[in-house]
Amino acid sequence: MTGTLGEAEGKPRAKPWLADLRPLEKMRSVAAVVLPPLITIGVLLLVWQVLCSQEGASLPPPSKVLKDTWELIRDPFFDNGGTDVGLFWQILASLKRVSIGFSLAAVCGVALGVLIGQSSFAYRGLDPIFQVLRTVPPLAWLPISLAAFKDSNPSAIFVIFITAIWPIILNTAVGVRQIPQDYRNISRVLRLNAFEYFTKIVLPASVPYMFTGLRIGVGLSWLAIVAAEMLVGGVGIGFFIWDGWNSSLLSEIILALIYVGIIGFFLDRIIGFIGRLIAGRPI
Amino acid sequence: MHGYLTIEQVGKSFETSKGPFTALSNVSLAIEKSEFVSIIGHSGCGKSTLLNIVAGLSKPSTGAVLLDGQVVDEPGPDRAVVFQNHSLLPWLTAYANVRLAVDKVFGKTKSSSERDAWTKHNLALVHMEHALGKKPDELSGGMRQRVGIARALAMQPKILLLDEPFGALDALTRAHLQDTVMEIHRDTRATAIMITHDVDEAVLLSDRIVMMTNGPAATIGEICEVGLERPRRRLQAVDTPEYARCRKQVLQFLYERHAKAA
Repeated sequence: MTGTLGEAEGKPRAKPWLADLRPLEKMRSVAAVVLPPLITIGVLLLVWQVLCSQEGASLPPPSKVLKDTWELIRDPFFDNGGTDVGLFWQILASLKRVSIGFSLAAVCGVALGVLIGQSSFAYRGLDPIFQVLRTVPPLAWLPISLAAFKDSNPSAIFVIFITAIWPIILNTAVGVRQIPQDYRNISRVLRLNAFEYFTKIVLPASVPYMFTGLRIGVGLSWLAIVAAEMLVGGVGIGFFIWDGWNSSLLSEIILALIYVGIIGFFLDRIIGFIGRLIAGRPI
Repeated sequence: MHGYLTIEQVGKSFETSKGPFTALSNVSLAIEKSEFVSIIGHSGCGKSTLLNIVAGLSKPSTGAVLLDGQVVDEPGPDRAVVFQNHSLLPWLTAYANVRLAVDKVFGKTKSSSERDAWTKHNLALVHMEHALGKKPDELSGGMRQRVGIARALAMQPKILLLDEPFGALDALTRAHLQDTVMEIHRDTRATAIMITHDVDEAVLLSDRIVMMTNGPAATIGEICEVGLERPRRRLQAVDTPEYARCRKQVLQFLYERHAKAA
């Protein structure tokens, strides 16, 4: 997680526009970006293939994974009822839970973050509680939420919520607290009222921090949903993986893992992209 | 003594862990309308503290500041500040930074199109009409400072407070900005206080140079009246005996009588 964030910061700002380059240079600059990951993926697959093709290997090699799961890859949209549905539906079910839980966490997290960022009293009162609660592992919340909601779906959503909210609160609070004295001076010289100060200074100044929190939060929710679904069951990528384990379908598990990784990557990038749009600058 | 701006017996002390520290003591100064006054002194002599008190950003421990007959006790747009580090909001364009101030100060008295024109007028005064849509990140240090000056001017303040406005700029950019400030002062007859530690800058721009003694308990040590005729031109001005006299007086004060043990 932190690795991706660091990378985004370190990127050079002024990239030459691809359109301005001549065709040959254009191809070369595209190749420079595309080739290294292709090569590393190729090497990794090769190593995997060699290692797992030996006699007595406990995991399937990539060729076997592809062969076993070809039906799943080819038709992600089938629906045989119950939990026997295509991967598209499995992932969609998980994404639905994450989007509800994460949206709630984003709203509550930003509100609480602004509160403890602005008010020293709220900060002193709430920060110790947050610091303790945020270290509780996501799944530890599951029994409590199952007891409270008496239903698996809201419990899973609650686990997402409680997992994602801490980095959102803490980063937003840091964003609000770090507002430079200069901006406060400007608002005092201009005599901005509380509402104007909040909308014109506090929010825009802390947006990059908020989105750092949201990015970490969405990553954590995606981590937590798989674990939560393994336990609560029903349609969802987490239960799909657990089901695969129970039926000894290792190839399906490996395929699901790859999908989980790719979706997690895109969730992170989407939040980063929205943040850039709103902040009007790289985050 | 009474002026347009009156600083009367102002002192400032801070509570520190080692007991109270007196930064300023017994500072009195009267500034006339349209006057350009520089405050010069070694770093740590409390000149920024004094400017902050005039701005209303910090309160004097003793004494008071009066502007146009009214006691200054909080910041306000009638005392616009140009901060050393420009303090533009990085998420707003040059235009929007100035417009924010214009909307706040003239929101009730000017129509939207008048405010638009006033914003552009002030950016044109500092020669930034070509960069209305640029954000601070995309501007050079000198350009940012120009926008900061435009924002302050656009508030149509009674007095303009410049806190080492060119301190972070290279010598050439600094000279360009000084010329711009001279133009603006000629055209708008704005009253201004400028903090600086550049002797030439002080002599070239000011009607009076206020020299501060070293802290703690800094106060006004000496005042130099600059008799150079306005409008001033850099190259002609530096050759005059008056320029040399003022420069020497300030240098003697800073480096002979109040040399700082560095």
